[in-house]
Amino acid sequence: MSAGALGRRDFLKLSAGAGLWLAVSGPGRVLAAGQVAAAEGFRPSAWLHLAPDGTTTIFLGRSEMGQGTYTGMAVLVAEELEADWTKVKVVQGDADPKYGEMVTGGSRSVRSEFIPLRKAGAAAREVLLKAGARRLGVPVRACRAEGGAVVHAASGRRLGYGELAADAATLPVPANPRLKDPRRFKLIGKRVPRLDTPPKVRGEAVFGLDVRVSGMLHATVARPPVRGGKVKGFDAAAAANVPGVRKVVEVPSGIAVIADSTWAAIQGREALKATFEPGPNGALDGAAIARLLAEAKVDPVPSRSEGGDVEQALAGAAQRVQAVYELPLLAHATMEPMNCTAHVALGKAELWAPTQAPLWARAEVAKALGLAEAAVTVHVTFLGGGFGRRALPDFAVEAAHVSRAAGAPVQVTWTREDDLRHDFYRPPGRNELRAGLDAKGRLVAWHHVVRNPSIGQQLFGEARRRGDRPDTVEGAADVPYTARAVRVEHALPEIGVPLGWWRSVYSSQNAFAEEVFVDELARAAGQDPLAFRLANLPRDSRLRGVLRLAADRAGWGKAPPAGHALGLACHASFGSYVAQVAEVSVRNGRITVHRVVCAVDCGTALNPDSVEAQVEGSVVYGLSAALRGEITVKGGAVEQGNFDAYEPLRMSEMPRVEVHLVPSNAEPGGMGEPALPPIAPAVANAVFAATGERLRRLPLRPAGRAG
Amino acid sequence: MASLTLLVNDQKRTVDVAPETPLLWVLRDTLGLTGTKFGCGMSLCGACTVLLDGDAVRSCQTPVKDAVGHRITTIEGLAAGGSPLQAAWVEEEVPQCGYCQSGQIMSAAALLTRTPDPTDAQIDAAMDGVLCRCGTYQRIRRAIHRAARAKGGAR
Repeated sequence: MSAGALGRRDFLKLSAGAGLWLAVSGPGRVLAAGQVAAAEGFRPSAWLHLAPDGTTTIFLGRSEMGQGTYTGMAVLVAEELEADWTKVKVVQGDADPKYGEMVTGGSRSVRSEFIPLRKAGAAAREVLLKAGARRLGVPVRACRAEGGAVVHAASGRRLGYGELAADAATLPVPANPRLKDPRRFKLIGKRVPRLDTPPKVRGEAVFGLDVRVSGMLHATVARPPVRGGKVKGFDAAAAANVPGVRKVVEVPSGIAVIADSTWAAIQGREALKATFEPGPNGALDGAAIARLLAEAKVDPVPSRSEGGDVEQALAGAAQRVQAVYELPLLAHATMEPMNCTAHVALGKAELWAPTQAPLWARAEVAKALGLAEAAVTVHVTFLGGGFGRRALPDFAVEAAHVSRAAGAPVQVTWTREDDLRHDFYRPPGRNELRAGLDAKGRLVAWHHVVRNPSIGQQLFGEARRRGDRPDTVEGAADVPYTARAVRVEHALPEIGVPLGWWRSVYSSQNAFAEEVFVDELARAAGQDPLAFRLANLPRDSRLRGVLRLAADRAGWGKAPPAGHALGLACHASFGSYVAQVAEVSVRNGRITVHRVVCAVDCGTALNPDSVEAQVEGSVVYGLSAALRGEITVKGGAVEQGNFDAYEPLRMSEMPRVEVHLVPSNAEPGGMGEPALPPIAPAVANAVFAATGERLRRLPLRPAGRAG
Repeated sequence: MASLTLLVNDQKRTVDVAPETPLLWVLRDTLGLTGTKFGCGMSLCGACTVLLDGDAVRSCQTPVKDAVGHRITTIEGLAAGGSPLQAAWVEEEVPQCGYCQSGQIMSAAALLTRTPDPTDAQIDAAMDGVLCRCGTYQRIRRAIHRAARAKGGAR
C-alpha cells in the first residue's frame, strides 16, 4: 500500500497494459473503462485498475491536504472489493475532466464518494467472483471473495485477483452491484493507518516546493501591496546585480525576479527598487471596512422568513434581547507558503501545483496564456495545508507567466510575507441579532442580519439571484432553534480586499454570533445554557444528541476546577453535528483554554482516528483565530507579514482535546470543517462564565489585558 | 561564492555558494534535500529545523558558513537510521498535511538526546517554536512520550 503522484504518462502506460479497468461516475454508475467514451452523460470521478500482479490502483481527483482523503477513498474501494490492503495504491490524478469536478473542499469527499467508490469495488468483486468461479468450474455462490482472492468455500481452493484480472476484464460489468451489509465492514469504521504517514515522517512526501524539474530556475514576485494596484515603475539594476539573479521582468501580477536559487531570488527582490500605484483601494483601513459593513443596505428579499412577522412577535415578547457581533479578516497561513512550478514551452504548459482545484487552475492558466485547456497539464502534489486557500488558481497562473517570461521551467516561491499579504481572506463580518422570549423564557422571535461581503460575488460576479440565498448566510439561515417568527437578512457590502473560503467558511462567523447570542438568551431567561438549548431545539434535532454527550463528558453542571469555567456551543455544518464544551480560565486578561470536549455526530465515521484528527485540527485552527487571529488593513495593504504578527496557537497553548462520537449508521457527513464553528463561541461563553464579561468580537480580548 | 565542505548526514558534501546563504537553501536547492522545509524565513515557525552537532537549529537563519565543521543532520539522515521517533510518529498517526513534521521530529530528536524522558512541560518548552497549522500538537506529545519509552526499553 502506498500513496503517490502519478502522471498522465504512467496512466497511459498502465491503461495500455493488461488488467481490469473500471470507471465510476459521481452518482455511482460503474462501467468498464473501454465503454466510458461511448456512454452518454457518464462523468467518471475515479478509476480503478487491477493489475495481473494483484495490485489495485485507485486514481483519484481529490487532493491530499492533511485530511486523510487518500486513505479514506482507498478504504471505500478496498472494503467492497475485499482487496488485499497491502496491495492497494492511491494515485493522485492530473487535472483532467476524466476525474469529474476535482474540487477538494466543502468537506465533501467522503460524502460524495461513499457510495460510488464502494460500487466500483463491489462491481470489481462481482466480475472477479464470476471469473474465479468459472475457472474453478464451480457455481459463483459456492465462492467468496476474501483478502484479494476468490476462494471456493468447500475445497478451500483460491485464485488471487491478479490471476483473474484478465478474465474479469472480458465480463460485463454489473450495472448495480450489491454493497456489503455494514455489519460486515472490515475497514470502514476502523482505525486504518494512513497511507501518507510513512513518507511524511521520512521527509519524502513531495509538496509543491519540493518539486524539482530539470533545468528549473527559482523566482519570487514583487506584487502591488493593494488589491487592484499596479506596478508604477521599477529599476532592475540592483536586483540584477545580486549573484545568481538571471532576469528581472514584469508579469501581470508584479515584477518577477528569476534566479538560480530561491535565496538569490529572495535577495534579488530585496534589492529591487519598485514603486506601485495603490489604485482605488489605497485608502482602505479598518475604520472604512467597519463603515462599509455597518452601512451596507439590507437586501429587500430576506434569506429566510417564516412563521409570521418578526416585529410583531418581538413586540409581543415578554423579553427582548439584542446584540452585535464583529469578526475580523483572517488569513489562512498554511504552513507551506503558496508556490507553483511551471514549464511553458512550445505551445504547451506543464505545472506542478499544490492545488485544491486543479481543473480551475488548468482553465485559468489556459486562458491566461491563450492555450487550449488540453495543452495545459497540471500535476497535483501533496498540499502543505489547504484550508480553502489552495482552491484559488492565482499562484498557478502567476507561475505560468513567470515561466513563459523566463523561457525555462520556474518554481515561484512565495515568502511568508507574500503568503500573508496576498491571501484571499476570510471576509470580515458584522452580525446583528435580536430575539424575543416569552414569559417562560421560550424563544418566540429570531432576527439575524448578516452583514458580510460575498466571496461568490467578488470572485465570480455572482450577484445573488432573486429568491436565492447568498453564500454569506451559510450557517445563519438554517438557525436550528425553533421560534414562532424567524427572519434572517443579509447586506452585501463590497470591500477592496481579496476574499476566499476559509475553513468552514461563513459558518465560522455565523455560528459565533448565533451561539454567543443563544448563551445571552439563556442568561436573560435565567436558564442553564444547555437546558435553554434543549428546550428550544426541535425534538428530532441531531444537535440534541451531541449537546447531551458533550455536556455529560465535560461534567457540565458540576463544579469545574477552582478558577476554571465551562462554556458550551453547538453547530451543524457540512452534514455533521458538533457540540463543544470549553474549559477556560482568565488571568490578567489572558485566556487559557485547558480542555475542549467535543461530541460529534457525523453519521458513519469512515475512520474514527481521522475524524478525531480533524476535530483536533479544527479546534486548534479555530482557537488560533478566536484568541489572536486578526488581519488588519492600512492604506489598502495588509499589515501582518509573518508569524510574529499573525501567530497561530503553539504547543504550550494546546488544550486537551477529547473527541466523542455518536455511534451512527447514517450517511457520512463531512468532517474537515464542522468541528471549527463551535470553538470560538464555546470559549467566549466560558469567558463569560468565568468573568461575567460578554465578549462579542473576535479575537477575544478580555478586559485587563496588558498592552 | 566560496567552496565549502559540509558534513551532511555523515557524508562530506562540497558546495559552491555564498557563505552567508542560509543553510536551508543550500540543503534544499544545492543538495536536493527537500525534507527540510521553508516556512517563515525568520526562525518563527521551526519548519526548517535541523541538527547541528545534535542541537536543534533553525536552518533558515543559520548562514551556511557557520555549519562548516559541524555535523549536520536532516530528516533524511534521521530516517536512514530508522529512528524510534519516526516509528512513534507513525504509531500515533501524527501528521496531517505533514509539512511541519520534519521540523517537529528534528526538534523532538534534539529534546530526547538531552532529556530522555521529558515531562509534558519539558516537551512544550522544547517544541513551542515549531508551529503546526493542522493541530497535531496533542499527538506530537504522545509520540514523544512513546519514543522515549521505546528508547528506554531498548537500553
